[in-house]
Amino acid sequence: MKNTFIGASIERREDLRFLRGRGTYVDDLQVPGLLYAVILRSSVAHGRLRSVDASGALKIDGVHAVITAKDMTSKDYPSGVPIVPMRLQPLPEFQPYEQPVIAYEKVRYVGEPIAVVLASSVAVGEDALEQIQVKIEEMPAVATSQAASKNQSVLFEVTGTNRSLTFEARKGDADAAFKEAPYTRRERMRTGRHYGLTMEPRGVMAEWDVTNNKLTVSGAAKVPFANRRILAKQIGLPESAIEMIENDVGGGYGARGEFYPEDFLIPFAAMHVNRPVKWIEDRRENLMAMNHARETEADLEIACQRDGTIIALRGEVHTDMGAYMRTNGAVGARNAPQFVTGPYRVPHHKVDSHLWMTNKTPVGTYRGPGRFEGCFYMERLLDMVAADLNIDRIELRRRNLIGKAEHPYKLATAQPTNAHDQTDSGDYQATLDRCLKEFNYADVSKLGGKLIDGKYHGIGVSCFIEGGGAGPKESSRLEVNDDGTITVYMGTASVGQGVETIYAQIAADALEVPIERIRHVYHGSTGIVSDGYGAYHSRSVVMGGSAVLDAAEKFMALLRQAAGKRLGCAEAKVTLDVDRVGGDGITLPLKEFAGLTAEGAFLNHKHTYSYGTHAAHITVDARLGHIEIVDYVVVQDVGRAINPLTVRGQVIGSLVQGLGGAVLEDLKYDAQGQFLTGSLADYLLPTASDFPNLRCFVTEDHPSPTNPLGAKGAGEGGIVAAGGCMANAVANALQSFGVQPRDLPLSPSAVWQLVQDARNR
Amino acid sequence: MTIKFEVNGKQVEVEVEPRLTLADCLRHHLRLTGTHVGCEHGVCGACTVLVDSRAVRSCLMLAVQADGAKVVTVEGLSRDEGLTPLQTSFRKHHALQCGFCTPGMITTAHALLSEEPDCDADRVREVLSGNLCRCTGYISIVEAVLDARAAYKKAVP
Amino acid sequence: MKLPPFEYACPTSISEAVALLAAHDGEAKPLAGGQSLVPMLAFRVASPSLLVDLRKLEVLRQIRITQDGVVLGAMVRWRDILEDARLLTAHPLLVAAVEHVAHYQIRNRGTVGGSMAHADPAAEMPGIAVTCDAQIAVIGKSGSRVIAADDFFQGPLMTALTSDEIITEIRLPLWPGKRRFGFQEFARRRGDFALAAAAVFYDDDNGTARNARVGVIGVGDRPLRLPSVEAVLNGQKISEAVIAKAEAAASAAVDPRDDIHASGAYRKALVGVMVERALKAAVA
Repeated sequence: MKNTFIGASIERREDLRFLRGRGTYVDDLQVPGLLYAVILRSSVAHGRLRSVDASGALKIDGVHAVITAKDMTSKDYPSGVPIVPMRLQPLPEFQPYEQPVIAYEKVRYVGEPIAVVLASSVAVGEDALEQIQVKIEEMPAVATSQAASKNQSVLFEVTGTNRSLTFEARKGDADAAFKEAPYTRRERMRTGRHYGLTMEPRGVMAEWDVTNNKLTVSGAAKVPFANRRILAKQIGLPESAIEMIENDVGGGYGARGEFYPEDFLIPFAAMHVNRPVKWIEDRRENLMAMNHARETEADLEIACQRDGTIIALRGEVHTDMGAYMRTNGAVGARNAPQFVTGPYRVPHHKVDSHLWMTNKTPVGTYRGPGRFEGCFYMERLLDMVAADLNIDRIELRRRNLIGKAEHPYKLATAQPTNAHDQTDSGDYQATLDRCLKEFNYADVSKLGGKLIDGKYHGIGVSCFIEGGGAGPKESSRLEVNDDGTITVYMGTASVGQGVETIYAQIAADALEVPIERIRHVYHGSTGIVSDGYGAYHSRSVVMGGSAVLDAAEKFMALLRQAAGKRLGCAEAKVTLDVDRVGGDGITLPLKEFAGLTAEGAFLNHKHTYSYGTHAAHITVDARLGHIEIVDYVVVQDVGRAINPLTVRGQVIGSLVQGLGGAVLEDLKYDAQGQFLTGSLADYLLPTASDFPNLRCFVTEDHPSPTNPLGAKGAGEGGIVAAGGCMANAVANALQSFGVQPRDLPLSPSAVWQLVQDARNR
Repeated sequence: MTIKFEVNGKQVEVEVEPRLTLADCLRHHLRLTGTHVGCEHGVCGACTVLVDSRAVRSCLMLAVQADGAKVVTVEGLSRDEGLTPLQTSFRKHHALQCGFCTPGMITTAHALLSEEPDCDADRVREVLSGNLCRCTGYISIVEAVLDARAAYKKAVP
Repeated sequence: MKLPPFEYACPTSISEAVALLAAHDGEAKPLAGGQSLVPMLAFRVASPSLLVDLRKLEVLRQIRITQDGVVLGAMVRWRDILEDARLLTAHPLLVAAVEHVAHYQIRNRGTVGGSMAHADPAAEMPGIAVTCDAQIAVIGKSGSRVIAADDFFQGPLMTALTSDEIITEIRLPLWPGKRRFGFQEFARRRGDFALAAAAVFYDDDNGTARNARVGVIGVGDRPLRLPSVEAVLNGQKISEAVIAKAEAAASAAVDPRDDIHASGAYRKALVGVMVERALKAAVA
């Protein structure tokens, strides 16, 4: 294998269409006879659904049909209404909490689908929404995990409790360790409710070919094969009768591409009326229908030696799950207690994580699930410990970072899923050192707490690990085209991260051909490889890239076999040189082998752990509560960077999402479960002027031993440590007041309140 | 209602309902799907197009209001198969990932650089703060726009 | 988020526009730049039967500078204000405030008349109108009238306009050469509506403040003038001590409510800081 393209900052091939407006996103599709779906959603947070009367809507010109739960009579489900099953952690305990594809009997959050209008245009469909009469008998809403824990109003009467599960993260004997500990500190902290808002709202277009018994679903993303399995069972078709098509996808971040109610409702509608149906989520819907994430409260206690050596961590995390357990809804709540220790050596660990059902939009993963939260908690604790024990906070971290000889270091195990995990490789001190050097910490840290021109300067530091490369498997197929170029087919999906370019780089090097010979990279659709797993957990390069290597090896073996016969030479002598296949002095154009194809796979159960450090220099205008970033440095070791340009894009892009969560973004509800942030003027995303001074440095010092590329997932490191780093910087800036941020986001109002509370203490 | 306007140098005549936004008219009636719709309430900037040379949010303008206007969409910026200097700069700086906000970024930046080829980084950030991007973190976008200024300076007599 | 159905008219004269509005029994709405109205339609919180587009009324696009002050036609856009170099001396406070209005694309379409008629309590133009004692010229089926800014704003998104009236002009009184001013705004992000903002000015009479005006936005159901703060300033040399008093008086004068972006207590304190900083800018 050559190393010509891997490691080079190759400009992306995707860009050529995106920059000229030639991408094809799902709303860009149009087919004859198309009907447009519009969804009536509950405006009540909790209540009994008594009746839905669509007769008024059906009178409107252009309204073709209105679908409600009554139209669903699947024999596989007791109510006739299909249920969206959990894809990850599908425990029997969660089953009562899984979401029906449409409300029947009860509504449990504002935004829950009640009816689907099929109309000649979206506008007409929306006109019709106003004419559907819905009777809901309101019930007391559960709007916080604290309210949920009282069980006074329960969402699911069948279980009688709002707690769907408690995960237990365990390692060693924490209680015994605490008894002996010379120093402990206990803190309650909280993270806000965010979500993986994609700039392109979701969309589904379904076409039902009744003659050939074929259902085609466009708009797939992230996990098309898994979603096909779910849909096939729900809709009563064999998987082979369903094709999921991935178009250009306007962002993923963990949220897009999971199986949502609409992923059943739209195909069902198309079959119901035997017409193609398209649904495009609008932004208001997106804010209340796409998976929420992050809202946790923690009560954590840390035990240390007097020299700052961490002995143990124990406590509880409470996650506000929203109204249903969605496909990957348990991931964050499991990760937070398990990975809260981050890159630090914690011998004894006992954290319980309670999952509380509330009358809010259900949660799923958002980039760095549970890890953003856990890192915030741990990094805040460490700064408080450092102050209590009078140890320099950098020195405290040094003493506790997992050493480079300690890998694989065993992390806590999460029960009841028996989720074991361990680090793979790395020198965590080295990225800390590099970050401090690039940041000029020795000088800049002297500004901490100083008031200059009316603003307090603060310095924060956070260290992180980022889990990536989830198994169990990924697939890739290479095929010779008629013109002698090669196409790569992938089982993973694109969510905009540039996989077409990256897989072309890997394939070109694996085949030792110029990158231009890799004509196309196709991905994300069910028809192109036998099986695929998708784009999540920063796995595309680790798993998909390694699958390309395997496919390339098999491809060359097949080519040698075929060419050996044609050329009459030993297989070992066959070579591929740009577009010609040679052996024993004779060559043939590769196009003579058009159709030759080889599928490869990569299997792996071990995770990769990229790692690094964030450092922030901020100012705080204490009278406004306004935070500005003067300088922010991320150093992340990714094992091996296939394309440094896109790795940087991942780091800075995820960092800004993390900063959004640290200071801006918060999905809010009132005590009645009414959703208060239904527009982009309410849910505040970072803009170009909010965080202008960000720098990142990507290192490749410690390749991962888990995969042949040595790569580590790198899509989440920027986000994981941002909350902890910013909160530590605020504490450092406002040290003269004794301010200790314990809640995110640090909005101006919240920061100002911290100062007032400190003054009044 | 029947409206006539110019899109990317071509005269078009379209029959529209008054309630149709310019964004939806471009996308669904004229099939110029490069203009994206990200919020439909005037915050995200993905739908930015040029109307009589000025950058506007096409979700906040009715199609009927474009009657008689000259509209340029992202498709109209690069006439041939190549990229414009601004587009080239976006590619070089990796100023896009999923590509959804990109047409709005390009049209907005093009309008800015056409009007103010000497704008500084702060001005670029100020102007682009009306266009949301969820992938890049904006740093590379600002770099790309600043780097493209030279091409616009030359174009100015 | 598609707009509800409505009819559309694009009159070429003011009288035609007024006649169209009057003929629709309060169900018609004028459309200026559309930058506030169209989002309201998209959320279906407004559903007029007719939109009367004012874009062809060129007469409403003028900025006139007269011996009585600055006259802004209702269809003057934010961008027109920022590009009109005369206004830097003719009304620098207006320019300072408009620099905080929304974003680039919005400024290319949004109009002063539209902002006044929309009457968002956190919007800059209504704040300037109230602070400066602007006169709002309107025309309706029963003729023209002039409304003082103080009387014009009646609550959140509520004005003294009747359903057949359109704004023709916003008249800002003459800005004397020796006037000192400051405008301070704080929003969560650049271009967002203000969490709070303050506009202050006074005439400098050999070091003593006369004719002080203090207006604030974002802290009430409409833009507010704060006479109690003006009283602190009038007849005084604007010293640190006076500024501190003004700050306290500003906070004491308002009673903002909690919302998703900030607590009422925060806004109450913030408005004091905005007044303080605006005064410091004025003195400097």
